[in-house]
Amino acid sequence: MESPTPADRGELEELYRLLAAVRQLDTAAVRWQRQGIIPGYAPLLGQEAAQVGSGYAVDPTRDFIFPTYRELGVARAVGVDMVEYMATHKATWHGGLYNPATTHFAPIQAVVGGSVLHAVGWAHGQRLAGPGEDGYNVALSYFGDGASSQGDVHEAMNFAAVMKAPVIFFVQNNGWAISVPTERQVAGGSVAARAAGYGMPSLSVDGNDVTAVLEATRQALAHCRGGGGPILIEARTYRLGPHSTSDDPGRYRSLDEEQAARRSDPLAACEALLRTRFGTPDSFFAGALAAGEAEAEAVRQGLEGLAPRPGSEMFDFVFQQPTPALKAQAAAWRTESEHV
Amino acid sequence: MSETLSSPLSPAAGDGPAASAPLTLSMQGALNRALGEVLEDNPKALIFGEDVGRLGGVFRITDGLQARFGAERVFDTPLAESGILGMSVGLAMAGFHPIPEVQFDGFAYPAVNQIVSQIGRMNYRSRGALPMPVTLRVPSFGGIRAPELHGESLESLFVHVPGLKVVSPADPHQAYHLLRLAGSMPDPVIFMEPKARYWQKGPVDPADAGALEGARIARPGRHLTLIAWGAMVARCLQVAELAAEDGIEVEVLDLRWLSPIDADGLAESASRTRRAVVVHEAPRSSGLGAEIAALVTERCFNTLKAPVERVTGFDVPYPSGDLEDEYIPNIDRILFGIQRVLEHRRG
Repeated sequence: MESPTPADRGELEELYRLLAAVRQLDTAAVRWQRQGIIPGYAPLLGQEAAQVGSGYAVDPTRDFIFPTYRELGVARAVGVDMVEYMATHKATWHGGLYNPATTHFAPIQAVVGGSVLHAVGWAHGQRLAGPGEDGYNVALSYFGDGASSQGDVHEAMNFAAVMKAPVIFFVQNNGWAISVPTERQVAGGSVAARAAGYGMPSLSVDGNDVTAVLEATRQALAHCRGGGGPILIEARTYRLGPHSTSDDPGRYRSLDEEQAARRSDPLAACEALLRTRFGTPDSFFAGALAAGEAEAEAVRQGLEGLAPRPGSEMFDFVFQQPTPALKAQAAAWRTESEHV
Repeated sequence: MSETLSSPLSPAAGDGPAASAPLTLSMQGALNRALGEVLEDNPKALIFGEDVGRLGGVFRITDGLQARFGAERVFDTPLAESGILGMSVGLAMAGFHPIPEVQFDGFAYPAVNQIVSQIGRMNYRSRGALPMPVTLRVPSFGGIRAPELHGESLESLFVHVPGLKVVSPADPHQAYHLLRLAGSMPDPVIFMEPKARYWQKGPVDPADAGALEGARIARPGRHLTLIAWGAMVARCLQVAELAAEDGIEVEVLDLRWLSPIDADGLAESASRTRRAVVVHEAPRSSGLGAEIAALVTERCFNTLKAPVERVTGFDVPYPSGDLEDEYIPNIDRILFGIQRVLEHRRG
């Protein structure tokens, strides 16, 4: 596979601004949970580069992203509205309020591994539709080391390889599936190593190096666009925070381990690269972080202003063509609960 | 193929089938014909599953379709039901109308997450932005002396899932028209084919579907309503014939749609006959018969002369072929059910 051109200064600065925005949004979301603005959240602290670097490479006008529930960084990188995204964590609507058909970002998925097959089906659809001038549209399936234990993930990889579906299996190996470490989760120690068994190429990258992730994703996209079939990227990273705002990592890992992991902070790595390679000044970094803070504050205001959806929507979206029984239940609900 | 399409009733039989001529088809032939027409009508319709391509399916329901429509529209998948159904979600998101086959009812169990948590919910989760026009064909129910997990009755499992519609045809005409309808619907439909009835022939009028919504009266009667679906409809018609010899006029209601259930149709019939017996192959407890009994009772309590009776399978795993005639409601057990209802006296 051909190596794409490394990120230039403009790209790298844009990546940093994205990383900073995602860091601010993510850490703010934990505060919002503590403040009672949202009932729960699954932090991605430490995984910013894996998410931003890959999301940045995607063309959301043609490609399609299949996330789980920890992909705020990808969503932000491809331009999903952050209030509409965070609506899932505010318990407004399970799938969030953004439109998945227009954003090309599938609804937030609670069953890990569940959406990996959806990515393969969508990608097979691109194969049936045929390539455009610039090759196939590509599905990106995000999942983790924990999800890699699911049978659906095996079925997805096998289907994709048999059908040569243009899909990137993007594995964020963050060391932990809630309380279970990778060595108790992934026999053999590497998800990427499994790709060979499916006759599929794989790339293993430092998931905390945003340029490495970007380049690997671009390489994988080129592979898929050209009809090479599926490919797997394993981004090795670390979940610095808890699994969710209800989790207590102190019960299963040591502070020493967390502090050691903090030494490979993806933002710090990107900042160091910008300083040494391009001499980017302090003011740029301060500006990026300030912009991120301002964005997070705007999202907080948006979330606080987000009213609950009307109860009638429980009934509205079950079917495209609602059934008489459901209409009757909706009518009864209106009479007895809304007193109309 | 040709033997399933020719018909002695059709004046055009010698010249190949005319679209408007009544035909005599097996249910297999009717389903096959319907699938071909769905694929013709909708270029986005795709058929896939295990052995549905070159082989034409283990029941030959997709016979000849790959040759006719090509291996892109009718294709074999690897042997994995969750994969087949999960892939359907993505294909629907990409604008296709998937018509997957699960080879046997019991093989739907490995795909429950994709059917229940994904196909049944994606329209809801996405607030209507990602419709799931998935028509899942499931050869269903018992009666063919098949191995374990090749003769399950999954309707109670599926009808309890919001977001799924469930239908089961009783004869070739119903099979043809209901599959054509299901294959054009924008919502997920579980299409439960009574495999014991695949090879019985019957009239199919392609030009006159009749009403396809709700239940249908398969045989009118005035003393009692027998409610059934799938393969049990034919058995109930036999029972009605026998009961008629004793002067008992049994109405047979073919429920057809198991979700949504035609509560009005049930009530209309039961309020006329004032007695109802529901017959199903599935285990008794919390089976669909319980829901039907509740619906009939809610709507007809004052006119009913007896509690709604259930004649069903037992709360046991589906038995081996040697015992399946003991398990599936047979003529005697249905007649006993009728007798209990007719002899009921209010205390």
